[in-house]
Amino acid sequence: MKEEIIIAGFGGQGVLSMGKILAYAGLMEDREVSWMPSYGPEQRGGTANVTVILSDELISSPILNRFDTAIVLNQQSLDKFENEVKPGGTLIYDTYGIHRPPVRTDINVFRISAMEQSFKLKNSKTFNMLVLGALIKVRPIVKLESIIAGLRKALPERLHHLLPLNQEALELGMTLID
Amino acid sequence: MNDKVKLMKGNEALAISAIRYGCDGYFGYPITPQSEVLETLEAEMPWETTGMVVLQAESELAAINMVYGGAACGKAVFTSSSSPGVSLMQEGISYLAASELPALVVNVMRGGPGLGTIQPSQSDYFQATKGGGHGDYHCIVLAPWSVQEMADFVWLGWDLAFKYRNPAMILADGVVGQMMEKVIIPEQRPRRTEDQIRQQCPWALNGRKGHRKQNIISSLELDSHQMEKNNLRFQQTYAAIEANEVRYQAIDCDDADYLIVAFGSMARVSLKVKELAAEQGIKVGLIRPITLWPFPYEAISNAAKNAKGILVVELSAGQMIEDVKLAVECQKPVEHYGRFGGIVPTPEEVFEAFKQKLIK
Amino acid sequence: METTDIIKPENLVYKKPALLKDVAMHYCPGCSHSTVHKIICEVIEEMGAEEYAIGVAPVGCAVFAYNYIDVDMIEAAHGRAPAVATAIKRLQPDKLVFTYQGDGDMAAIGTCEAIHAANRAENIAMIFINNAIYGMTGGQMAPTTLLGQKTATTPYGRRVDLNGYPLAISPLIAQLDGSCYVTRQSVHTPAAVRKAKAAIRKAFENSMAGKGTSLVEIVATCNSGWKLSPVEANKWMEENMFTKYPLGDLKNV
Repeated sequence: MKEEIIIAGFGGQGVLSMGKILAYAGLMEDREVSWMPSYGPEQRGGTANVTVILSDELISSPILNRFDTAIVLNQQSLDKFENEVKPGGTLIYDTYGIHRPPVRTDINVFRISAMEQSFKLKNSKTFNMLVLGALIKVRPIVKLESIIAGLRKALPERLHHLLPLNQEALELGMTLID
Repeated sequence: MNDKVKLMKGNEALAISAIRYGCDGYFGYPITPQSEVLETLEAEMPWETTGMVVLQAESELAAINMVYGGAACGKAVFTSSSSPGVSLMQEGISYLAASELPALVVNVMRGGPGLGTIQPSQSDYFQATKGGGHGDYHCIVLAPWSVQEMADFVWLGWDLAFKYRNPAMILADGVVGQMMEKVIIPEQRPRRTEDQIRQQCPWALNGRKGHRKQNIISSLELDSHQMEKNNLRFQQTYAAIEANEVRYQAIDCDDADYLIVAFGSMARVSLKVKELAAEQGIKVGLIRPITLWPFPYEAISNAAKNAKGILVVELSAGQMIEDVKLAVECQKPVEHYGRFGGIVPTPEEVFEAFKQKLIK
Repeated sequence: METTDIIKPENLVYKKPALLKDVAMHYCPGCSHSTVHKIICEVIEEMGAEEYAIGVAPVGCAVFAYNYIDVDMIEAAHGRAPAVATAIKRLQPDKLVFTYQGDGDMAAIGTCEAIHAANRAENIAMIFINNAIYGMTGGQMAPTTLLGQKTATTPYGRRVDLNGYPLAISPLIAQLDGSCYVTRQSVHTPAAVRKAKAAIRKAFENSMAGKGTSLVEIVATCNSGWKLSPVEANKWMEENMFTKYPLGDLKNV
């Protein structure tokens, strides 16, 4: 099984972190993983994206332009990456700030309102987990427990008390899918 | 899950691996896309554990000369930078080679020329493999294509550098430096003691203990006859390295109709191109030079015997292609596909170019 | 005293330090370098430091310093001696590490490294020979060349509008928090030699005591470059150099 994923949005939205958490979850399941970020000035204010590949076999190219799944979190990223989803693939987009929704019919499109939900929760830091929750609902490429286990490995111990909060957000995210 | 498996960026893995090797000192100056090396070392605080020195120098010029001083003491020292910074270091690298000092230099390449871009590139191939600085010399050049190799080549680089008393270079690019993959880093090895260094490097500067003869590290020799002898000695070293240390990976080359030659991140992209080709029934073999100097001329020549054509894929306007052409002595069509200025081509793009240039 | 008594050990009043190698020097007769080399050797010998002293030679007339001073030495790229010394001392803190640099090395191409090494309080001693000219390359202007001074590249005398002002390195280093001892000395009289030697000793002791960076500037003659006899050169130095580069301690913490 191989899943080639792009996550794209604004710099500062947690795009790279989301990719990292996903990669860690893959690591916890003993999968091969690669995480390739866009880097540089575009991180600051502009668009940021990260390619994450989870695979049962060795990964060849960490750089791709055809994806099984795209998670897009702003209009620019939607404009750019909608066409890079493989036919039959999955596109998840957050509705916040989107004025030209996706038009393709040969892919599975899911809309979520994670940004609005995080506003409701008055905790913007839950945004990442809401999105990832939605992702694993639609595409169960990693188990929820693996994400938590991955977080446990990636986060310093002093932040481990936040793990239950993250789990709740993941579970809430899973309900955001219509 | 194996507890030793970590998820890390190439630059981070390289830094941690250096500490584990028992490295004595790092001297560097921040530059994108490799600043994580210095940042990781500073965060790890190895001076508290192994006693390793970590110093942010005032410039790349100072950094490479600190490496020169440290290497002269027989210490395992290194620096890292990216293209413009490595250009600044060339004089010092020439001094290291001429003084027959083991040292490790890491170049995480970005697009040039000039200040260029911070995005990935492989356009320092000529600089790394054909000298770079002044004079007739070579660095041993290793080209990692994965985070694991970023870690492993630190050890290999120093081992070769000490074996031949010659600087080694890890020639990575922004992709390999910035991406995260699984990696296993070897266990911590203790740093060598002064007695061990005196034994391993009797030429090193560590004081004339026991009234031993004075050690002098110098690349200066005004007597041209002697300087020619020195050069002949360097050439003997290079010949030995060429005879013993050629490294490459050949993937499915035996019954391939076409060959792709690429290194570093472009070899990874090309591996995917090979998969795309296989889906269309086209047999493509991949040769990936691991040592860019010494270059695997013979391996490429052998693999090319049954091939209809060769595509060299580089993040440059065409540098390694010259060595590939030398390897096949122009008896096969050798085509090039490159992007530059920091653009990394996708596998589909390279595959299209492959079909257009070689199959037509 | 009979002539044969002179060579008796008990009548020995002066000898060449053992660390000063028994070879003919390439320095011009009258040059200050040889004297400074000798007192460095004497100091290392008197400190019993030959087993742990490491010197860094410059590019310039003293490029061959390692041919005369019999301790472990390295020849640095032009101006980079303080960077080289930084690494040697950081990696081997138990060693006595010193640089030996001229005015091209420290006051021109390597000013950056000198300032930053001192600013980091590297525990090294820097010996700076300032003779206001480039000796090795044939007498061209140095940053320390005095106004009006004739050199191969200021044949009608140094002019402010063309060449700027003479650069005083010691005050630059003295103002840095990382320097512990900055002094200007000379070696043109026996008394001056004794003082210069004491200064070098202090700088070397500072390196071992971990007090920070020491700079000993030796205001020196280059009679060949200045096109004067050794005696005339000493006089010219006293009359002209000492005004711009007055002798004495600038800093002693």
